[in-house]
Amino acid sequence: MTTDQPPLLRVEGLRKTYRTGAAEVVAVDGLSFTLRPGGALGIVGESGSGKTTTARMLIGLERPDSGEIHVQGRPLAASVRGRAARLARAKAVQIVFQDPYLSLDARITVAATLDGVLRLHGTRDPAERAARVRTLLARVGLGDREAAALPRHLSGGQRQRAAIARALAVEPAVLVLDEAVSALDVSVQAQVLNLLADIRRDTGIGLVFVSHDLAVVRYVCDEALVMYRGRTMEHRPVAELLTAPDHPYTRLLLASVPRPGWDPDSISRRRRALDPLGAPAGP
Amino acid sequence: MTLLRYEDLSITLPGTARPVLDGIGLTVGAGEAVALVGESGSGKSVTARAALGLFPEGARTTGRVRVDGTDLVGADAASLRRVRTATAAMIYQDPRAAINPVRRVGDFLTESLRLVHGWTRDRARGRAAELLDAVGLPDPVRHLDQYPHELSGGMLQRVVIAAALTAEPRLLLCDEPTTALDVSTQAEILAVLGRLRRERGLGLLLITHDIELAASVTDRIYVMYAGRIVETAPVGDLFTTPRHPYTAGLLGSSPPLDAKAPERLVPIPGAPMGLLESAPGCAFAPRCRFAEPGRCDQAPPPLSDHGPARVACHLAGELTLTPHRDRPGDHHPHRNQEVR
Repeated sequence: MTTDQPPLLRVEGLRKTYRTGAAEVVAVDGLSFTLRPGGALGIVGESGSGKTTTARMLIGLERPDSGEIHVQGRPLAASVRGRAARLARAKAVQIVFQDPYLSLDARITVAATLDGVLRLHGTRDPAERAARVRTLLARVGLGDREAAALPRHLSGGQRQRAAIARALAVEPAVLVLDEAVSALDVSVQAQVLNLLADIRRDTGIGLVFVSHDLAVVRYVCDEALVMYRGRTMEHRPVAELLTAPDHPYTRLLLASVPRPGWDPDSISRRRRALDPLGAPAGP
Repeated sequence: MTLLRYEDLSITLPGTARPVLDGIGLTVGAGEAVALVGESGSGKSVTARAALGLFPEGARTTGRVRVDGTDLVGADAASLRRVRTATAAMIYQDPRAAINPVRRVGDFLTESLRLVHGWTRDRARGRAAELLDAVGLPDPVRHLDQYPHELSGGMLQRVVIAAALTAEPRLLLCDEPTTALDVSTQAEILAVLGRLRRERGLGLLLITHDIELAASVTDRIYVMYAGRIVETAPVGDLFTTPRHPYTAGLLGSSPPLDAKAPERLVPIPGAPMGLLESAPGCAFAPRCRFAEPGRCDQAPPPLSDHGPARVACHLAGELTLTPHRDRPGDHHPHRNQEVR
């Protein structure tokens, strides 16, 4: 993590609260991290930890109450007005959601979705766009048949590949993946995880990988940040976090992953000791 | 004593290319925890629902499903009701979908005791509080007067488990009971289910997509693929010596947690077979890196004995499958499986 390059992404003191009736819920509190070019940061936490709120702030779907987000040294505008500012923001950070139906237009083919993105971002020549669409889809392992298909005619894994291709089409500096492989069958999930590793190696894009699954984070990321009730519990290289977790909450999360010889009773007791109130309150 | 026994159960839906279930055989004994593992579309939920006599509308069903001796295929309404109210109970993935959001927890728990068993309100409430205590909720009497939205997902799943216990069933069917929950909540729910099994001698059928979870909490695993059981073995054997390439593939696909992990996962190429697809031979052959033309694509392999396991693979006994994850540099006897 020691490098002369400026960080690709710098997040400083991010805070977000929601109001529910009279009560105020702090979803994210004092979140800071940096991501180097080609780096991959995993944000791990349970429901209500603030990890999805963080992802949404990174792409501008939520406005932080305070704190700053810088991409390649430039602050991410708190609000965007006008076409140029919107396109600039889209080029800074892209996202892939858990459910690819949210990021693909159900009425048009996958190729048409990608073509639209490229046109919006200034590729005028249709032949050039068509060639680029083919390259992008090949990058994620999709061919002509999938290009001509509507999202509903693709399998879950193919849809998620198409959503990744769509996000990559604008060549963003940072790609946020919010539980992007959680809904996939395990055999298909492995294919997408390998794809993400390849993209990271080949493009130098920065990944922010939001997940509840520590094993998946270990596979994709080099650093992990553990969140609990909006706060950062621990932020370290993944291998260190797994072998010598510092925080009791991280240790609980690790112990909770099922494995042969696993004792759910002892995890229950440890969880109660850590949090007598039971489950974390979510926004 | 066998509580649940599937005998050659097949279910075919009109307009599909292959049966949803094809010759399922499976048993769960009293006090035994058994897992049925498969990916989406493998037929695992259809199998679980059959144990309550819930068969898909318009389907052709052959074979038997015996719950405590009663065959549910073609059973009359009275036998079905007896099984559903007294012998078997189901816990589903999403507790919020299983509970009426505008009724209090206490109403939900006492309804069947009062309607089916004719208990008084006070007696039923007392029993409901006992059950909430049994599933480890901290303040049973207070929870009775709460609404579902006041409880977290993990607490609500315990309420649903308590409701499943009201009839004192001997068989619990759990269809992805922790998939919607956080990992540490998952551990708590599984601790509750494990304790109930030990204390009450319940038979447990756990339906899950997560082979590691299945291995952690059950004694025996059945692996399903495209409507068939492709391998069944005691948990330890399945993990150290998977005998079906699909089982080995599932194990190689899930990223391990230990720090010294492989640089690359070895996914199973392609996608699970849909109901509109079929294969003349082994259903897994199109995705199998060991498949041999002329051998695997001719007829479906029967489930046959191999040591402590039963395996449906034409090549079983000839293959040495890597017990856990493949490491880079491992050679594969047949063509390279690297497919994105």
